[in-house]
Amino acid sequence: MYNQTEVIKDTTELGPEGELVINMGPQHPATHGVLHLVVTLNGETIKKIEPHLGYIHRSIEKMCESLTYRQFIYVTSRMDYLSSHINNTACALLVEKGMQIEVPERAQYIRVILNELTRIASHELWLGAMAMDLGAFTPFFYAFREREMITDIMEDTCGARLTMNYIVPGGVMYDIHPEFQTKVKAFIKQFKEKVTEYEDLVTNNIIFQSRTKGVGVLSREDAISFGCTGPVARASGVSCDIRKIAPYDVYNKVEFDEVIETAGDSFARYMVRIKEMNQSIRIIEQLIDSIPEGEFVGKTKNVLKLPKGEFYQRVETARGEFGVYIVSEGGTTPHRIKFRSPGFSNLSALSHMAEGSKIGDLMATMGTLDLVIPDIDR
Amino acid sequence: MFSLEGITTATQDWLLIKFNPTIALAIECVIVILLSITLFAFLGLVLVLMERKVAARIQIRLGPNRVGPGGIFQTAADTLKLIMKEGLIPDNADKFLFNLAPFVVMMVAMLLLAPIAFAKNFQIWDINIGVLYISAISSLSVIGILMAGWASNNKYSLLGAMRSGAQIVSYELSAGFAVLTIVVLTGSLQISEIVAAQENGWWLFKGHIPVIIAFVLYIIAVTAETNRAPFDLAEAESELTAGFHTEYSGMKFALFFLAEYINIFIVCAIGATLFLGGWMPLHIGHWESFNHIMDYIPSSIWFMGKTFFLIFLIMWFRWTFPRLRVDQLLNLEWKYLLPISLFNLLLVTVIAIMGWHF
Amino acid sequence: MTNEEIKEYISSHAPSAIYDETGEWLNITIEATEWKKLAATIKEEPFQMDFLFCLTCIDWKTHLTMVYHLTSTILRHQLVIKANLNIDLPEINTVSNVWRTAEFHEREVFEMFGIQFLNHPDLRKLILEDDFKGYPLRKDFEDPINMIKL
Repeated sequence: MYNQTEVIKDTTELGPEGELVINMGPQHPATHGVLHLVVTLNGETIKKIEPHLGYIHRSIEKMCESLTYRQFIYVTSRMDYLSSHINNTACALLVEKGMQIEVPERAQYIRVILNELTRIASHELWLGAMAMDLGAFTPFFYAFREREMITDIMEDTCGARLTMNYIVPGGVMYDIHPEFQTKVKAFIKQFKEKVTEYEDLVTNNIIFQSRTKGVGVLSREDAISFGCTGPVARASGVSCDIRKIAPYDVYNKVEFDEVIETAGDSFARYMVRIKEMNQSIRIIEQLIDSIPEGEFVGKTKNVLKLPKGEFYQRVETARGEFGVYIVSEGGTTPHRIKFRSPGFSNLSALSHMAEGSKIGDLMATMGTLDLVIPDIDR
Repeated sequence: MFSLEGITTATQDWLLIKFNPTIALAIECVIVILLSITLFAFLGLVLVLMERKVAARIQIRLGPNRVGPGGIFQTAADTLKLIMKEGLIPDNADKFLFNLAPFVVMMVAMLLLAPIAFAKNFQIWDINIGVLYISAISSLSVIGILMAGWASNNKYSLLGAMRSGAQIVSYELSAGFAVLTIVVLTGSLQISEIVAAQENGWWLFKGHIPVIIAFVLYIIAVTAETNRAPFDLAEAESELTAGFHTEYSGMKFALFFLAEYINIFIVCAIGATLFLGGWMPLHIGHWESFNHIMDYIPSSIWFMGKTFFLIFLIMWFRWTFPRLRVDQLLNLEWKYLLPISLFNLLLVTVIAIMGWHF
Repeated sequence: MTNEEIKEYISSHAPSAIYDETGEWLNITIEATEWKKLAATIKEEPFQMDFLFCLTCIDWKTHLTMVYHLTSTILRHQLVIKANLNIDLPEINTVSNVWRTAEFHEREVFEMFGIQFLNHPDLRKLILEDDFKGYPLRKDFEDPINMIKL
């Protein structure tokens, strides 16, 4: 598309030494999706980063204005495809809130267990991809070994491995299959054995630590001002876990810690996600043995109509706070729907974080931000 | 027992009977040239497959196992594919240098095959400054890399080539000092004398502390010199550039690729010769019976075994450690490795003078 | 802070505010001209609304409404502020100097709805192509190729 040295927009003043403007992406081996960064370099130091978005813009918000309240839930799986259950839960919760639908306890338990499994799967993929960015090719395969077990569980439950259309307003679409509990318990057992491998291979590796400590520092005030949520903000000391602030489903009944680090650098973000995986295991362990019997979906009408008004639902995905905002005129389709995606705000902090650092640091910073571009472009 | 020395002596005798000495020499030269080219090609094949299999096993998968039993013909298939690819030359590239660069790198690798002792009395050229020759020639590979980076007319290649050049030049110092340790202990630069001096035990065990330090430094330095992970910033795939060989395709790329693996073989062979005894079997002091048993295993097997063990070690590093940033890399050399190697040299000199080694 | 205290405080700063407590959170509708001063005020004491978590716009065919969702990480209360804009000349002051997350969000609203944000440091298209014509999320946006009318 662009020539390698062409200045894309005349917003950079070429310094006396002649600064270099290079394109990273949209196709890039450190693949996070189709992200196009225009980086202005002075030697090896970064002066400015400008993200060019829109390569995977599918006008989801406009499209949802013609989808009914049962249909629009599943486009959110295609937005942040690594947290598909969690995104679907947000939409389902919003419709239930708007129409005052009662969700049976069994469905709530199943939803929370699937959400936490999705969170672990997302963090596993992030771990593999980030280690690969930094040059360590092996953790990718180890992480995917665990992720395969989760995707197998998902395939048995919902029939799909990535975009799971399983959650409906009122509960879940079908009941869980009989092997669900045994498989999840087998997974927990394997995960606990293998998580020490990540410690040895990546966390305690001195090269990895020197590549991530002190790199891409985001202070607490900046994190709040840029609207960062999720592990990015929690690594800078901001307590923003929606599961604690505004609990939904059965999150108020389980015990788990909100993982907060204060350093604000890439290593802190890394540690937050690793510890979050352990906390998710803790949540699943508390719930897996006590799934109550009962219905798996509440009673709903066939055609759903939200009453006139505005509704907002926030959930905690693997990347941060995901929000669904619906303005309804009383019909079967929303008048305006807005998805507040966590990656959008996290990306706006990238330029601030990476200014003044080297190109190698940019890789580490971007890796720990955990961006999924379809989530940003919608 | 089976020994390569027997084959060479027999061939030489037969040739001297048939032809006059000059022509015999010429024929021997041709034989040696053909053998070294064959060794080159064969080693390249074996090492690339070994890398892929080692990588796969570390990453809990199988590696190539379709082409031939256990995947042994995989590299041959890859080479065939690369030969048939179009060799593109970029628009404003310097054609002469662009075509010359891979050959320079290959030539350096081939020249370094000369002083290596593959088995007892099986050395192409046993000059009296063997170790110095090796250090000198291996420095020439930087020229090939810089040529490749410059002639590509691609700013990313140039960036990669400059980084690579800086890295190689810096780490040569540490490698040189490590090698000097052994020279001090032996008292000679000649490869055959160094190996002969290890008859009562390898230098790694005889020279204890300074030689162990030197060995560790040597392994780190040669990993950096051959642009292998964790020092492979110049060809990092997941960073901006693909390094100095971005613009090469087809056979020329195959030559670079091959030269990299041959370089690894050569530096490991030198490491095995200097620190682990080369073709000398494992002898412990003057335990005659034990030494005699060890002598039954042919010297070429000893040499290859030691070299391939070191190659495996270097491959192991690649798949375990993440990459160092370029300033951390140069930091490591100039602030840590170089002072340690200087101190080590002093230490080994004291030990050699005092005779505190075995 | 309770809703009464909030209402009192806001009315003193922005007299034309209209309150709506039917939803989950307190909705305040103000004039577009008062937004700049009010934004600076509610970021500080006593509200400490330091977290802007959603910024969007709604097209009501006769007018546009800007919606800001705010929360406080210290006091943990949420607030929704709306401003009605004229559809022919929609402009409102930017808040990217108060909450830096608004830089990207306002660029998106600008390209989708056509609202001019005054004093924005870098107002240009974010997600759409640079030469895209029209404002897609408006209700009167016509695209005969991509939009199918049933």
